[in-house]
Amino acid sequence: MNERQSNSDEDIVATGPDAEIEARMRRLSRRSFLWAGLATGAGVGGLVAFNKYAAEDKGAKTPLRKALAFNEVVAQRLFYRPTHLATEFPRSMAREPRNNYKGETPYVDLDAWKLKLTGLAGGASQTLTLADLKGLPHAEQTTELKCIEGWSTVVNWSGIRFIDFAKRYAPLSGTRYVSMVSEPADYPDERYYVGLHLADCLHPQALLATHMNGKPLTVEHGAPLRLVVPHKYGIKNIKLITSIAYTSERPTDYWYEQGYDWYAGL
Amino acid sequence: MNPTVTQPGELTPPAAPTATRLVKKHPLAIRWQHWINFPVLMVMMWSGLLILWAYPVYPSEKFAFRVPDRISLYKWGAAPVYSETPNSESYPVTEAKRYDIPVGFRLAEGMNWHFTFAWFFTLNGVAYILFLLFSGEWRYLLPRRESFVEAFKVVLHDLKLYRKPLPPGKFNHAQRIAYTSVIVMGAGMVVTGLAIYKPVQLAWLVALLGGYQTARLEHFWLTMLLLAFFFVHIAQVAKAGWNNFRAMITGYEVSKR
Repeated sequence: MNERQSNSDEDIVATGPDAEIEARMRRLSRRSFLWAGLATGAGVGGLVAFNKYAAEDKGAKTPLRKALAFNEVVAQRLFYRPTHLATEFPRSMAREPRNNYKGETPYVDLDAWKLKLTGLAGGASQTLTLADLKGLPHAEQTTELKCIEGWSTVVNWSGIRFIDFAKRYAPLSGTRYVSMVSEPADYPDERYYVGLHLADCLHPQALLATHMNGKPLTVEHGAPLRLVVPHKYGIKNIKLITSIAYTSERPTDYWYEQGYDWYAGL
Repeated sequence: MNPTVTQPGELTPPAAPTATRLVKKHPLAIRWQHWINFPVLMVMMWSGLLILWAYPVYPSEKFAFRVPDRISLYKWGAAPVYSETPNSESYPVTEAKRYDIPVGFRLAEGMNWHFTFAWFFTLNGVAYILFLLFSGEWRYLLPRRESFVEAFKVVLHDLKLYRKPLPPGKFNHAQRIAYTSVIVMGAGMVVTGLAIYKPVQLAWLVALLGGYQTARLEHFWLTMLLLAFFFVHIAQVAKAGWNNFRAMITGYEVSKR
């Protein structure tokens, strides 16, 4: 490379005495710095106005909520396929996940457990006991439970595929969502509820788990029946389910109400 | 310009007073993209920290273990307080009690900003790369075969160990390597970020990156690299002076060489 050639990289606009060039540069600068000032002002002002005036919707700023809603549409159209499965791991890699009950672990009488079902085909409701679930086919999977906080644990789960459950307890036509609630008796503060798309529940890896790492679920991990959806953050993997409702309206969700994304899909 | 006059100390040719030139340096698109990227990246790093603090890629007691208490990250509010997450046996709750800094648990806020501004970061980056490609500006930016040797000379020159003037050009070879690396880092942020964002839908990408937690680590370390670039960049811009800095705003530079 010779110098003459690399000098020709210079896109010379004007050549002249120092003072003349400097004066011309100042004229050019004024315009650009005006733009720079306006853009900075707009940015800082926008941020201040956003913090002060943007409405809040369930613990999150409305414009951010709109972005999340947009992201949900993009996620469903661009990413989500029921054939996209969460990676399965060897059974030997399974560990015990952290008990992330937000407050107190509810030690409930498992023999008294019942599952309320609403929104069934024909508009029926039903109450199930563990014995009612016995006849459904059993499935097992070893997947990574991913907490929204960032940690993850490979866990072996077994139980009933939701899709098998939904064949026996079919939803009313027009159902788009599923609401699952955990209402442990004597633990009103531990009421927990999640909302999911019906499609996410019919995913082949959506499991109503009864066993973890080869043993029956303990109360710490959601006995006697919990949801396992490896294609969702842990917040949707509700423990100790006491009612399931098929709905056509988007159900609310515990962490959604605390400012988190409703969809939480992975 | 006379190419023979390169040795310092030699007589300057008499043409000097008229040799001052007004030179067009940075195209308008690149200037906007550069200055949009700056605040967007700041928002990404800030919101990324709020996410990181919910569960640091390195356990906090290890992360801060070499730092004496009085300048500990906790004291500066640069590390999280976990007292708001009860029942978290594996968390350094004792640390939180020692330094009760009101950082709080702002994971939702962090995620909401992060997944909104990721769009601006990605779109701006894609626009920048497309502009580089179609305008031909990439010619000034990509390293060349000789860049790796030449960049070493630039470093020596900066350290005042190499006294000969550097060959003229829009960007020196160290800049070529640095600016190209930063594009690769930015692309790496998007790729590792997408893997963490949709690890089931993009399971193949997660596998390629070595797993979910590894992808989180890579995302973290790329951020550290970007920060390192940022500080060196600021120092170099400060050193290069006003004329050089102004060119990134106005697009023009006064050249007297």
